[in-house]
Amino acid sequence: MKFKKTSLPSTCSDCSDRAMNFSLNEVQSMLADSIEKFIANDYDFETRQEHAASKLGYSRETWRTFADLGWTAVPFSEDDGGFGGGPVDMMVIMERFGRGMVVEPYLANVVLAGGILQYAASDAQKQEWLRPIIAGELQATLAFAEPQGRYEIANIATVARANGNGWMINGVKSYVLNGGNSDLLIIPARTAGEQTHQSGISLFAIAADSDGVSIRDYETVDGQRAAEISFNDVAVGSNKLIGDVDHGHAALQQAVTDATIAVCAEAVGIMRVLTDKTIEYSKNRSQFGVPIGSFQALQHRMVEMYTACEQSHSLLLWAVMTLADGGDDASRALHSIKYQVGTAGKLVGEEAVQIHGGMGVTWELDVAHYFKRLTAIGQIFGNTDWHLDKLAT
Amino acid sequence: MNVSFTTEELAFRDEVRTFFRDEFPQDILEKQNQAISLTRDDVIRWHKCMYDKGWAAPNWPQEHGGTGWSPVQKYIFADEQARANAPEFLAFGVNMVGPIIYTFGNAEQMQRFLPDILQFNTWWCQGYSEAGSGSDLASLKMRADLDGDHYLVNGTKTWTTLGQYADWIFCLVRTNTDVSRRQEGISFLLIDMDQPGVTVRPIVLLDGEPEVNEIHFDNVKVPVENLVGEEGKGWTYGKVLLQHERTNIAGVARSKYRLARLKARTARSIRAATPLANDRIFMRKLAAAEVELKALEYTELRTLASITSGKAPGPESSILKLAGTELTQCIDALQLEAAGYYGLPYVREQYAADFPPHERIGEGNETKSPLDYFNHRKVSIFGGSNEIQKNIIAKHVLGL
Repeated sequence: MKFKKTSLPSTCSDCSDRAMNFSLNEVQSMLADSIEKFIANDYDFETRQEHAASKLGYSRETWRTFADLGWTAVPFSEDDGGFGGGPVDMMVIMERFGRGMVVEPYLANVVLAGGILQYAASDAQKQEWLRPIIAGELQATLAFAEPQGRYEIANIATVARANGNGWMINGVKSYVLNGGNSDLLIIPARTAGEQTHQSGISLFAIAADSDGVSIRDYETVDGQRAAEISFNDVAVGSNKLIGDVDHGHAALQQAVTDATIAVCAEAVGIMRVLTDKTIEYSKNRSQFGVPIGSFQALQHRMVEMYTACEQSHSLLLWAVMTLADGGDDASRALHSIKYQVGTAGKLVGEEAVQIHGGMGVTWELDVAHYFKRLTAIGQIFGNTDWHLDKLAT
Repeated sequence: MNVSFTTEELAFRDEVRTFFRDEFPQDILEKQNQAISLTRDDVIRWHKCMYDKGWAAPNWPQEHGGTGWSPVQKYIFADEQARANAPEFLAFGVNMVGPIIYTFGNAEQMQRFLPDILQFNTWWCQGYSEAGSGSDLASLKMRADLDGDHYLVNGTKTWTTLGQYADWIFCLVRTNTDVSRRQEGISFLLIDMDQPGVTVRPIVLLDGEPEVNEIHFDNVKVPVENLVGEEGKGWTYGKVLLQHERTNIAGVARSKYRLARLKARTARSIRAATPLANDRIFMRKLAAAEVELKALEYTELRTLASITSGKAPGPESSILKLAGTELTQCIDALQLEAAGYYGLPYVREQYAADFPPHERIGEGNETKSPLDYFNHRKVSIFGGSNEIQKNIIAKHVLGL
């Protein structure tokens, strides 16, 4: 079913007169159903593996479907051609993408590139880049990491110098998701200030085929695609500056925050699948003449997995609602959920593999691939130590 | 999705907050803040204050004199109670035997026992565990043999919390040994402790506190009208009781304010030197506990929301006791760690009411931290050890 623009979720101004509930509204439920149907009917594990192993690393046809179903429009405002969805809608999508281990570049295109354009771009720029992203016609990405920066997104050594009417860019970006497939690269570069300062960062849109851009793309351990990209005297016009010069950090931070929450929701979906699959496997796999799930040593470990899942799910709900409110607790919510997902994800992933025994360490079984994606999620946008440190400060 | 309270719920919160500020005995709150042990009279006095307010039984339906509160109201009440650092209800009467009596007892028993439970005229204790029957409770041996119009009771109950203060005890006893399932021979009996043949022997716990007891029954006569429900159904009733026990068992509200108080303390200087807040390693552990707490809070709210919408609590409610007790113990360990050398003096006496405050060793209650740490090892053991909880979840939730 197409996610129709006419059935927008209404804003919740009368919340305080309704009973507490964690249910999805009608529109969110429809969105959830439509993704679940798609995964069940058209995106089984073999299909996912084919997409991941293809030259592109995803399927153009599937991407087309995402756009046709309206999923690429969800987080954007109606003025920008979107559906005006919020954090809860994004959670609904990403949790289900997690369950299906979707490799199509939703995070890169919609959450990161689309996100930063929504937050910082001019109307003309949105017309030029955001609308084609929503339509599924433009592949784009946001380069949020540099080799020396580790998880500090303000640590930017890439420099943009004024060059006539435009800019001249030099520097290197790492782990650029969808980098090898993108026609449009959005990058933060330093136009002023010291390497770690939040001020002095400006955002630029660069065509991937510009002179001086060199892209070394690679597969990631979790079946996705990313690239190391260097910029050597890349000349860009003044109309490619997104937002105000020196003031790009806030939008960058916001887009990365959205992406962080998105992968947390994805991780919660994965943890649920891994826990269910492990319990199921332990009921069917027999050794010593009994199902291995009858062994207390394994039962207690599966209870730990289940607990980790439920606690992560609960915390995700808090984080998403807190971010939707946009209050003072927003950054605490972000660091808390990424820390939680990192620790719980490691436990659930490793235990799922262990309890699946020999099969758990084969390429053939989906469990191993869910585990790898969970591991990758733990590693990006700040790992557990990094986020715990922010909470402790 | 929505986790805000309604206008009515917010008004209720203010009412409860005002009650603890203005009507609750302030000397008892002061004792709580100083970690001074409450006397038997203190406990009776504050329970009676709750009765006078009409709040003696938050979990009971109105027809039996309870508040009839919604799940959200109960949640708000527990939160405000912890916020005020007020003591917790003594569970044995109001949360344990009371619901059993109004659910399975007869009209006469309700009339006889419920008003005294509400008014705290009777101090109840629980007789379940025996020396040989801990996790395997159904193996219990204490006998109740029918002899005319009474039972003759013989045996020993143990781990009876505050039994030294109690007037009555509710017991699981064996009334029949000739049954195919041993659970079927168990009955639920109410026993007056003030009679010949009942001997209470205190057991001192590792913190030095005689908190629990061993209770011997030597040919104790119990009238048949003290049997609740049917003979041989005691096990079933006991299981229902566990569901009542689930309310607030995770101690989330309590943990929330304990952790907040600990965090506030870390900002203060330690004896005119560096505050603990500068210790990155400690603060990371504290932050991790806060994340765990928030997850647990929302697991409880999910349970609450599902009950509120008329559904049974979801499977996620099964993890509350497990995760809640782990968090309690984690906070105890952090408090002990925060005390440093002042976690070593064994000075129980300075937490008695008559101890002159200026003679206390240590600042505030820091020398109480080891006592709490040691004492709270019990929380992962009682009410079904955490390993038993995992067995239950594996069987009933995961279907293993």
